[in-house]
Amino acid sequence: MNPSRDHYPKGEELQRSLSARYRNASIWQILFLSALVIAILSLAALLYNVVDGAFGYVAFEYKNDPSEFTAKPLDDLNQQELLDILTANLSSGAFKKLDNEKAMEKRSRSDLHTLVLERLIQIDTKQTWSMTDSIFRSSEIKAEVAEKYPDAKLEFRSWLTPVFLTTPMSSKAEFAGVRTAILGSLWMVGIAILFALPIGTGAAIYLQEYASKNLLNRIIQTNINNLAGVPSIVYGMLGLAIFVRALEPLTSGSMFGVTDANGRTILSAGLTMGTLVLPLIIINAQEAIKAVPDSLRQAAFGVGATRWQTVWHHVLPNALPGILTGSILAVSRAIGETAPLIVVGASTFISIDPDGPFSKFTALPIQIYQWTTRAQSEFHAIAASAIIVLLVLLLSLNAAAILLRNRFQKKY
Amino acid sequence: MQNNQPEIAIETKNLFIFYGSFAAVSEVNMKIEKQKITAIIGPSGCGKSTLLRAFNRMNDFVPSSYVTGEILLHGQNLYGKDIDPVEVRRKIGMVFQKPNPFPKSIYENITWGAKINGFKGNMDELVEQSLRGAALWDEVKDKLKKSAYELSGGQQQRLCIARTIAIQPDIILMDEPASALDPISTLRIEELMQELKQNYTIIIVTHNMQQAARVSDYTAMMMLEKDGSRSGTVIEFSETKRIFTNPKDKRTEDYVTGRFG
Amino acid sequence: MEKENFRPLDLRKKLRPGESIIQALLFIAGILSIFITVAIVYELGKEAWLFFGNPDVTFAKFFGTTTWQPGIGRFGIWPLVTSTLVTSFIAILVSLPLGLAAALFLSEYASPKARSALKPILEILAGIPTVVYGYFALLFMTPLLQKIFGEGVEVYNMASAGIVMGIMILPLISSMSEDALSAVPRALREGAYAMGATKFETSLQVVLPAALSGIGAAVIIGISRAVGETMIVAVAAGAGPNFTFNPFQAAETMTGHIARISGGDLSYNTIDYTSLFAIALMLFLVTLVLNLVSQTIINKFRQRYE
Repeated sequence: MNPSRDHYPKGEELQRSLSARYRNASIWQILFLSALVIAILSLAALLYNVVDGAFGYVAFEYKNDPSEFTAKPLDDLNQQELLDILTANLSSGAFKKLDNEKAMEKRSRSDLHTLVLERLIQIDTKQTWSMTDSIFRSSEIKAEVAEKYPDAKLEFRSWLTPVFLTTPMSSKAEFAGVRTAILGSLWMVGIAILFALPIGTGAAIYLQEYASKNLLNRIIQTNINNLAGVPSIVYGMLGLAIFVRALEPLTSGSMFGVTDANGRTILSAGLTMGTLVLPLIIINAQEAIKAVPDSLRQAAFGVGATRWQTVWHHVLPNALPGILTGSILAVSRAIGETAPLIVVGASTFISIDPDGPFSKFTALPIQIYQWTTRAQSEFHAIAASAIIVLLVLLLSLNAAAILLRNRFQKKY
Repeated sequence: MQNNQPEIAIETKNLFIFYGSFAAVSEVNMKIEKQKITAIIGPSGCGKSTLLRAFNRMNDFVPSSYVTGEILLHGQNLYGKDIDPVEVRRKIGMVFQKPNPFPKSIYENITWGAKINGFKGNMDELVEQSLRGAALWDEVKDKLKKSAYELSGGQQQRLCIARTIAIQPDIILMDEPASALDPISTLRIEELMQELKQNYTIIIVTHNMQQAARVSDYTAMMMLEKDGSRSGTVIEFSETKRIFTNPKDKRTEDYVTGRFG
Repeated sequence: MEKENFRPLDLRKKLRPGESIIQALLFIAGILSIFITVAIVYELGKEAWLFFGNPDVTFAKFFGTTTWQPGIGRFGIWPLVTSTLVTSFIAILVSLPLGLAAALFLSEYASPKARSALKPILEILAGIPTVVYGYFALLFMTPLLQKIFGEGVEVYNMASAGIVMGIMILPLISSMSEDALSAVPRALREGAYAMGATKFETSLQVVLPAALSGIGAAVIIGISRAVGETMIVAVAAGAGPNFTFNPFQAAETMTGHIARISGGDLSYNTIDYTSLFAIALMLFLVTLVLNLVSQTIINKFRQRYE
């Protein structure tokens, strides 16, 4: 019949060539799978690395012996005794300054305890160890400390504590907390969303419900897609030029009588971040609006509704879960963004809670950045703790988004 | 056809095709003769394509689909336990409804199947032979390196036929191969089928009864079962002449004469 | 009188001021995005203009020398550019094969169950803030590289930043590639299967080439992301411009430089200040072009298979 038929493998040869092909295929399949395994391992390594850094042994010395201030063990002192020690030993200027921040009499026992440790006894951290080392090399570490720092105390410490969440910034890692940073992040994100959500939803409604297919609207759409891909640091530069500098009277609050401020405020940061997440919110809202079936619009038009009535009463309520999900994702993006805040001028050392849009501020990722880039390992430990706080925050936001999505998904 | 014992290319025995618990095709028993063209006709949705795809196990890609009964090729059940669907498809080629050349050159479209199947002969010869076999050689011999997408729809479909005959299957399945083509291209494909049956057994699904009457030797008439189960079956299978002139089944008669409602 | 004016049916257009105001507001919201782009170009351009208008900044110096220290009159941009290229290159080197392989596995092999278990892991990777990746690069990847390659690896180095950036981009490349692979029509796969191709031969030799332009778009977006990424390089790549191609050395990228200088005490109207805007403008233009190219490729790709 056809001569070329003879050129194909037959019989045993065919079996061999087929099994070679299958072998080849399964090797590649394993290779493909290993890419995912690498991704999973990277994620595991990252999370492990963070947790590993947030707990572990720490060797520290007291600069001044506690016995210089009190005969009793420090931990047994009550509030009044601690206050007496502070009054007796702090310089009057330092005492007054602390008193101004918060009246000394009103401070809690643990607060005063911390002050005594921080200001008078002064802890000097010699070395820290990771959690893994602390667990598996415990005896070696003890021997090492005994030899290198004979006066030092060794303590297994969780750097992530409730106190860490509720104390403000400090120049000593041992006493630093993320309270101001968390508050700063929340203020900033709040302003960003207040700015971006209405505008973003409005833009999405315009593009989906009103815009005809003309050149201008095509340009707007392309432009939004492109803005979503602009590096975040460029938004930071934009914020620096416009919100911090050009609009300084507004963003510093001097227009409203706030003195002693420049444009590097929470308001500037929030507006910058709002600009950054705006394209994200628009794109997500467009998707949500697109998913509302056309039959609904036609039904509304059919009973004589105007376009806005249709949008307001039918399209928006049905698109709302999608829009909210998109906003939550935008919020989690904004909370994790660091670069624009650096450029806009987050203060790295600030221990007073932000109390309004014109406050100076710091934010959670800014603290992580600062602490990570410090040389001393105790700062790495609190950076790791702050990362855990940040990741838990993001995780709960995303869980909320997923819940929202699942709850409203099977509507149509 | 003169001898009384026609050679059978492929045979189904009590074949049922299921999607989950739904039997899309039920109880098909057919003996398809070698080097003949067998047409499967019937109203849309009666399972023609499903049946055709069962012959080279293309339904395997539909999750939850399975088959009971047997399809026998040279006495082997295609759905037997130790049967490799890849080898089945190598032996039973297929041409699809819409031309689907690979996004490669014309030349590579032919050689790709040969390569993966371990062809050891001369590739250039194979390409020429296959393209000649598909009556496309003269039109494309000067642009073999060009993308297959530059061809017209009819040419693309003939290229798909060429790449199928390049791997030398025993049987070629055609799933409405001309439905996406203009009348002239359709005619060329039909002529080509007549040439191809010198060497190959062809099974073609078509919704075009004139086409079935023109090209096929045998015709299988498919219908949905009367019992309302939405399951398709072959209600009549015999020589095409007979189906169109003297059908046994009343429903066949209604359908081929256009009285089907 | 009254009766004459009464129309039983009035179909003429009515003025609906409320509707018009709302529509105008919505339009303003829509057009605001254009203003953002214009503002970016204008503000970056204005300061960059001041920078390039400085008599000390010449074309020859900018592209002809290799030291960047605007404060003392050194304006050679190359050290920032090369380190950006090196870190981005390493990132793509890591993320392309891994992301593509992951996409192939997910779209061609994984059962729906396995997919729904594996995809969230990639999504988690994509959701981790980049400053956390920076921590990971400095405190995990760098020590690891030092263990493997020895003393030659500096504490700050481009390799570690690049590799971690690759891990960060991996989910992006993987999900975009997966989209491209699944956009390849089923008819093409069936064509291959019908020729006796195995699943593997089909996905690697037919589906993958057919999806190539979509994957190319993913890579371009990946490059754009890598070039614009700031925190990983700011933490781990180095804090000072350094003209080197050695990935184990420290070198500051364009973004890292902006972050470090602007994070310090930066006064307006200095050459340091304007130079940052010049760098930012370059970043913006490069990423803009990359994004536009990628967008165009994707649109063409979609048209082809729709």
